[in-house]
Amino acid sequence: MNRAFPFSAIVGQDDMKLALLLAAVDPAIGGVLVLGDRGTGKSTAVRALAAILPPIRVVAGCPYGCEPGAAAAACPACSAATGKPAALERTVPVVDLPLGATEDRVVGALDLERALTAGEKAFEPGLLARANRGFLYVDEVNLLEDHLVDLLIDVAASGQNVVEREGLSIRHPARFVLVGSGNPEEGELRPQLLDRFGLSLDVRTPTDLAQRIEVIKRRDAFERDPDSFLAAWRAADEAIRDAILKARKRLQKLEVPDTVLEAAATLCTKLGTDGLRGELTLMRTARAKAALDGARSVRTRHLLAIAPMVLRHRLRRDPLDETASGVRVERAIGELFGVESVAA
Amino acid sequence: MTAVDASGRLEPQAAAADTIDPTVRAAELWGRAMHAAALLAIEPAALGGVWLKAGAGPVRERWLVLLEALLPDDTPRRRIPLNIPDERLLGGLDLAATLQAGRPIAQRGVLAEAHGGVVMLAMAERLGAATATRLAQVLDSGEALVARDGIDSRLPARIGLVALDESTRDDEPPPTVLTERLGLIIALDGLLPSQCEAPDPVELRGWRQDITAARAVWRNVVADDEVLQALCSTAAALGVDSPRAALAAFNLARMAAALDGRDKVDGDDCTLAARLVIAPRATRLPPQQSEEPPPEQQPEPPQNQEPPPEQNPLEDAADQIPDKPLEDTVLEAAEAAIPPGLLAMLQASLLMGRTRSSGKSGAAQTNYRRGRPCGSRRGSLRPGIRLNVIDTLRNAAPWQPLRRREGAAAGLSSHRRVLIRPDDFQVTRYQQRSETTTLFVVDASGSSALHRLAEAKGAVELLLADCYVRRDRVALMAFRGKACELVLPPTRSLTRAKRSLAGLPGGGGTPMATAIDAAQQLYEQLSRRGDSVVVVLFTDGRANLDREGRPGRAQAEADALAAARRARLSGMASVLVDTSPQPAPNGQRLALELGALYQPLPYVEARALSRQIGASVRALTSA
Repeated sequence: MNRAFPFSAIVGQDDMKLALLLAAVDPAIGGVLVLGDRGTGKSTAVRALAAILPPIRVVAGCPYGCEPGAAAAACPACSAATGKPAALERTVPVVDLPLGATEDRVVGALDLERALTAGEKAFEPGLLARANRGFLYVDEVNLLEDHLVDLLIDVAASGQNVVEREGLSIRHPARFVLVGSGNPEEGELRPQLLDRFGLSLDVRTPTDLAQRIEVIKRRDAFERDPDSFLAAWRAADEAIRDAILKARKRLQKLEVPDTVLEAAATLCTKLGTDGLRGELTLMRTARAKAALDGARSVRTRHLLAIAPMVLRHRLRRDPLDETASGVRVERAIGELFGVESVAA
Repeated sequence: MTAVDASGRLEPQAAAADTIDPTVRAAELWGRAMHAAALLAIEPAALGGVWLKAGAGPVRERWLVLLEALLPDDTPRRRIPLNIPDERLLGGLDLAATLQAGRPIAQRGVLAEAHGGVVMLAMAERLGAATATRLAQVLDSGEALVARDGIDSRLPARIGLVALDESTRDDEPPPTVLTERLGLIIALDGLLPSQCEAPDPVELRGWRQDITAARAVWRNVVADDEVLQALCSTAAALGVDSPRAALAAFNLARMAAALDGRDKVDGDDCTLAARLVIAPRATRLPPQQSEEPPPEQQPEPPQNQEPPPEQNPLEDAADQIPDKPLEDTVLEAAEAAIPPGLLAMLQASLLMGRTRSSGKSGAAQTNYRRGRPCGSRRGSLRPGIRLNVIDTLRNAAPWQPLRRREGAAAGLSSHRRVLIRPDDFQVTRYQQRSETTTLFVVDASGSSALHRLAEAKGAVELLLADCYVRRDRVALMAFRGKACELVLPPTRSLTRAKRSLAGLPGGGGTPMATAIDAAQQLYEQLSRRGDSVVVVLFTDGRANLDREGRPGRAQAEADALAAARRARLSGMASVLVDTSPQPAPNGQRLALELGALYQPLPYVEARALSRQIGASVRALTSA
């Protein structure tokens, strides 16, 4: 298997990196959608994330990677098991959903090998099972077949995957952070799917010449000698891993004060976003941001820092306004809270 | 418009290029193409591959033979057809072997088989987005990832892709998602076989030795920071935004140095890299003497449809390039290698960009009933669904022994040869090009009627015939007085269209804003249904009734322009035919705001007009 480019060595693209880290701190934020120019390191960043995530403890031998002792979110086998199961540590799964994947491999199906050799019916878990408690990455999400998109939406929302096949009936946990990337020019994303992503980003190629040069230098150094490149960035990657771990611990204790909730509501009203999903995600993401920053409490500045990525894809399109939706969010923030607070 | 301004600047340069002796130019082109083949042979995967623009013929054949000869003998080479199924491309279940062996046997895909070598893709211009994206993923990751038919695998697949593009100027180029990852771009069109001499066997042997030597050392070739700086700033100045191009150019420069037996990149390597990798992707001309206002609409050439960055990189580049010799020479070299048709391409893509669906007529739609079959998917039998028998049988095949045993255990003896379960059902999917509707919006107000309503009618009638030939649907709206009326809802009936057109009365005010709003509404309604719509607006551009229907020229025109802007932003593709006696600023301004093609109606017979508009409409809708 190819080694991943180190997360900390990605030049620029701070928003994208922040969004992925926030989703890693609090998976309840929902997925991350990265749209943008080609060659901006979208896929690189997601694959790099896999390498820095702290390992998780799983029940040994469980195909769904259930957490030991968490009966509520366990698969049928683990919740039925008595006694203390053997546990082991493994890396957080980051599962690629390849284009052209067939439905049976995504949701799981009968085990072909056992059917042919032993003549017995056995369920073989699919990609959704493997992604449980981790990340499911869909590159070029806008090119995914419609029926697969529907399926992902359904499972991502319920956290459960249900399979009915050949008389087998299986229900297993499938809680994962959906990370999609794509180029909007190659096809629009259906609005229903858009709304399911907690955060969305618009990435652009750097226009700064020095940055562009740095991108190529690092890429070349990595391709030439991956081992020493990885070694050089290991410390930085580990620092990020520590930050994620600490933030996760802190997250439980952080309360979101009413002033911040009010600010979130005001912002949503001003921008005319539909539904409560926006406000809820704003609250969760602000908390994760505060946790990642090591703050003692959630402040309005945390909220404002993450507001564009939470609200960008929830705005109604105004045909008379050509400005990008991210800019519209920032403008609303400026109008409501003053320019200083944005900078802070 | 930018393109027009740019033409003034391009001309002297194009003229200079023309003065070069054509045979000298051909020799130079072919020499460069051969050089590129040698560089590609060093390590195909490091460059991604080559986008070979050339018609089928002896010249292209000669280049391919040369490449084959230059690659080491043990290099895998594969050829893939356009409509290759996923299980052959990426890998999957080998059904025949599986049934024979009684256990699942995976087959490797072509891309995994070609690991370390080259894959040839014929007729790349016809490649579908789906296959292109799969190829792009493999080029990026160097692995073929499979999750289908009970098989999960990840196999190394570091390949170089040779994409053979036979498209002519009017065709759609191969998908950008793919071409962006192919480092080299070579155009062989215009070369004659007599101008392209392949190296003799002795030379070839020498080349092969050099290539083998270069393969071992090219990654250790050193390059000054200046080199990277020069390549990046050249890319920026020519509007090549993706870092992939700059990286490929950097690799190519080092390969060129290694091939030449040097361990350091020099200026010539840089110019070569700029010529082969960056120049053919130029999306704009580098900044020159005169300062220009930022263009209103950024031209995007077909091979690089990235949206322009927020800032104007021209200015950035200009700021950051103080007089540095290497950068200048590299940029100059790249400029000289910009294909002569760039300007035309920029203009064409300006038209393309407007239709929003990357230029294809009627975005392809997948449904279950009509169109061209495109594979199958699991599904249940519902009315109107067509079962794909072969795929269903394929699906059922591996499970037969299990089902027979189960049946026997349950005491049911079955005489059926094949046991099919509802889970096996595969239904055929169809893909359909959506319909094209041409919406005529005719200004029948007094001002227009005085000028030539009759002539406009004649032109519309001829266009109707054109639409009829193409099986397009037409709709007709007319506006006069206070309202815009849908005279004829979308139809294929030519007679109905003609009758309603003939009966079109003239006279009254010009409620332009109302008319554009109405056209936009119908446009949106039709495009939601999946139609491709082109609006052809016949008017003199003189609005005199505002949106509320009140007279007053100033307000009326402001409203009209606002409506036009909104229509443009909604993605409405349109042609504006100016019916005033002389081309007037009103019509032009309106066309600009609409983002419409502007077509003055000259005092000529309707037939000439129809030809002109027909061409414009085709440009907007044809694939």
